[in-house]
Amino acid sequence: MARLTAAAVLAIIAAAPFLPMGGMRQYALHVLVQIFIWSFIGGAWSLMGRFGLISLGHGAFLGAGAYTTTLLWNFWGLTPWLGVLVAVAGAVVIGLVLGYPCFRFRVVGHYFALVTLAVGEVVRLLVIAERDWTGGSLGVTLKASAGEASLAAIQFADKRVFYYASVVVWLGGLWVWRRVDRSMARSALEAIGEDETAAASVGIHVTRFKLAITVLSAALTAVGGVLYAQYFTYVNPDTLSGIGVSLRIVFAVVLGGMYSLLGPTVGSALTIALSEYLRVLFGLKFIGMAETIYGLVLILCIIFLPAGIYGSLRAAIARRMARRRAAPA
Amino acid sequence: MLELRGVTAGYGQFTALWGVSLRVSAGEAVAVVGPNGAGKTTLMRVISGLVSPREGDLTFEGQSLARLPAHEIVAHGIAHVPEGRRIFPMLTVADNLKMGAFLRSARRGYRDSLERVYTLFPALAERQKQRAGSLSGGEQQMLAIGRALMSRPKIILLDEPSMGLAPVMVLRLFDLIRRVREEGYTILVVEQNVRQILKLVDRAYLLEVGRIKMEGRADELSEQDFVRKAYVGL
Amino acid sequence: MIDPIFIAEAALNGILLGGVMALLALGLNLIFGVLDIVWIAYVELVMLCMYLVYFLVTGYGWPIWLGGLASVAFGAVLGVAVHLLIISPLLNSAAINQFLATGGLLFFLQSFATFLWTTDHRTVRLNLPIIEVAGMFLSFARLIAFVVAILAMIGLYLFLRHTFIGTAIRAVSQDRDAMRLMGANPQRVYVVTSAVGGAMAGLAGALLIIQYSVHPYFGAAFGPLTFMICVLGGLGNMVGAVVAAVIMSEIISVGGVMMSTEMGYVIAFVLFIVMMFARPGGILAKRE
Repeated sequence: MARLTAAAVLAIIAAAPFLPMGGMRQYALHVLVQIFIWSFIGGAWSLMGRFGLISLGHGAFLGAGAYTTTLLWNFWGLTPWLGVLVAVAGAVVIGLVLGYPCFRFRVVGHYFALVTLAVGEVVRLLVIAERDWTGGSLGVTLKASAGEASLAAIQFADKRVFYYASVVVWLGGLWVWRRVDRSMARSALEAIGEDETAAASVGIHVTRFKLAITVLSAALTAVGGVLYAQYFTYVNPDTLSGIGVSLRIVFAVVLGGMYSLLGPTVGSALTIALSEYLRVLFGLKFIGMAETIYGLVLILCIIFLPAGIYGSLRAAIARRMARRRAAPA
Repeated sequence: MLELRGVTAGYGQFTALWGVSLRVSAGEAVAVVGPNGAGKTTLMRVISGLVSPREGDLTFEGQSLARLPAHEIVAHGIAHVPEGRRIFPMLTVADNLKMGAFLRSARRGYRDSLERVYTLFPALAERQKQRAGSLSGGEQQMLAIGRALMSRPKIILLDEPSMGLAPVMVLRLFDLIRRVREEGYTILVVEQNVRQILKLVDRAYLLEVGRIKMEGRADELSEQDFVRKAYVGL
Repeated sequence: MIDPIFIAEAALNGILLGGVMALLALGLNLIFGVLDIVWIAYVELVMLCMYLVYFLVTGYGWPIWLGGLASVAFGAVLGVAVHLLIISPLLNSAAINQFLATGGLLFFLQSFATFLWTTDHRTVRLNLPIIEVAGMFLSFARLIAFVVAILAMIGLYLFLRHTFIGTAIRAVSQDRDAMRLMGANPQRVYVVTSAVGGAMAGLAGALLIIQYSVHPYFGAAFGPLTFMICVLGGLGNMVGAVVAAVIMSEIISVGGVMMSTEMGYVIAFVLFIVMMFARPGGILAKRE
């Protein structure tokens, strides 16, 4: 049954670009690509988040990834296919430099969150400070390749290419998530998340496990950053690094539910749909209103749906079932 | 003065007390003894409002206290010296005592109460400015009791006051409790040191797996075969 | 080569800014210490207070000191409102939800301010002299802000040391249940704490608007810095907060003159990260 549903959903996803949508096709595809990219990034974040490693600085990995390939292409014409390797390596290094001391010295909870927040800010500020290269806070545009489409430059005028690319990457993210979920590492990390000292006492190498999951999460996030940069062909420190974007990633994941495979996807889809809707609704009138409502919705969701949409739904169903079982008795 | 009737209480799915009834009259010293896990600490927490009873009633001087929050129960004159002392380790001894007098009714007589506590426990007076966390275990217990006295209570609940103290200190502590008692306070104490506590109190209850198994005058109870074998170790 | 006099001037300005930053960090520190929650939107409250002073002073012609008092009161009200509306329902939630809810408040306040007042930068112009000391130019406004901030911190110190409720605030952060047994309603202590923390934000807002212009993204510039000073200072450690604030402000101020503003921040944040490993309990904490 579940298998059948999954196959049907995949078929719809595969066929989506060819469904009749009138003049809306480009726009619909645009929104869907964003959803897949951010779902992938959210999934990468949740790899850490679900084990109690709350990062408020994933913008660091995102920015590092996006800027690496963009700058390598713009200045040396290095194809993003190789650039992405450099980007991932860069994110891994940041992850290690951040993670090793953090885990070694037991920086946890709020403190870990604040350290990651600082790392995100450092990346954002470095991008702004190195404005000769990076264009500073104005951002930088990816140099266009010759012609309509270039595989070497990963630039395509046709949105459908990016659509399928983002679907593939997203599926890859789900696959990694599932692998982690089913591995030994998961029980080890859950034990660590619950009680670090106890986990260490039963022989779990706490630092190594945390570091591994951090590096994995960082690497995937960087890939997401690269994909973002290739798709939008424009990067900017405030939309990629900094607190704002990091919080958005976390919000999407928590809203969807970070303990389930599709939680980050559901959350990203909802938040992106919400901000797109608000953007279209307000347009250029009432500047700031869309974001105001977004913030308000965020607060209300956290207060009234603390377990996320998926988690709260499941709890509600469980309650109803329990009541139904109790009623005839 | 204090009366519990059929109190059932616990945490979540777990029930720690089953229909416990108990009474303390004014001026009395009463002990609750029993093995680990009998529900002694839960009993104390129910009286001071940290745990709400599921069933049963709890009255103090004729007023029902069940389901009042902890901070309002204190205002009725019940001071709880919790298990593990729970002093504020980063505050000075003087500040800990000051917090004991946090109640509006206690603030007025703050200076007097302080004087009385310092007379009762001169060791505390010497260490007024020290951080409470730097005191020895015995001194910390003194501080916890002194802090409870600062609220000018009508009854003091002592939860395992001798826990974690060296045997010599335990003897000194019981001596201190005796002096507190001579000051005219009503005391309800939970203890593992059954033999010593029975010498100190008027009456005692035996609590086992959440139920009162026996009650009586302290001297009679210590003569009972069952108690002697099981707890006093004679 | 940069003229040393500029560096000396920057160093002095760093100290002056450090005073205000310390005040801000202490307000956050108080809330963090007592409730174990970081208000991500703390500096956004400062931003609102800055707007209040701006409108009262330039729009309604209030004298600055009166605007400042209004700002303190407004800050306290905001603090209580944040506590009752957002924090209180989430007191026992996962840390991540607490971060997100106050993070949502950050989005909300930033964007609502943009909506109401656009992204224009607004400044309160006071006719205060510039003082020249040994070839350095110092703004009198900054000097006043520094002095007021120091006085306010002394006031906070006395409040926390000598009043019953102040001591209770410190005690609750150590043992919530024990404080209930003393007859204190923790919820009430939290409200007072949030009011005091908010009032500090209000005062800081009044002190900042006479030196900087306000805009909806003011918090984005000062927020992270404030969190870091707050943690670096060590929970509940007032001297630590001042030391941390002065060090961070110095780096930013001097680094700003010698390199660029952003590089000043980068160095300060890197220092913060390193210090978190070296001294997780704060700058003045003894190593365990």
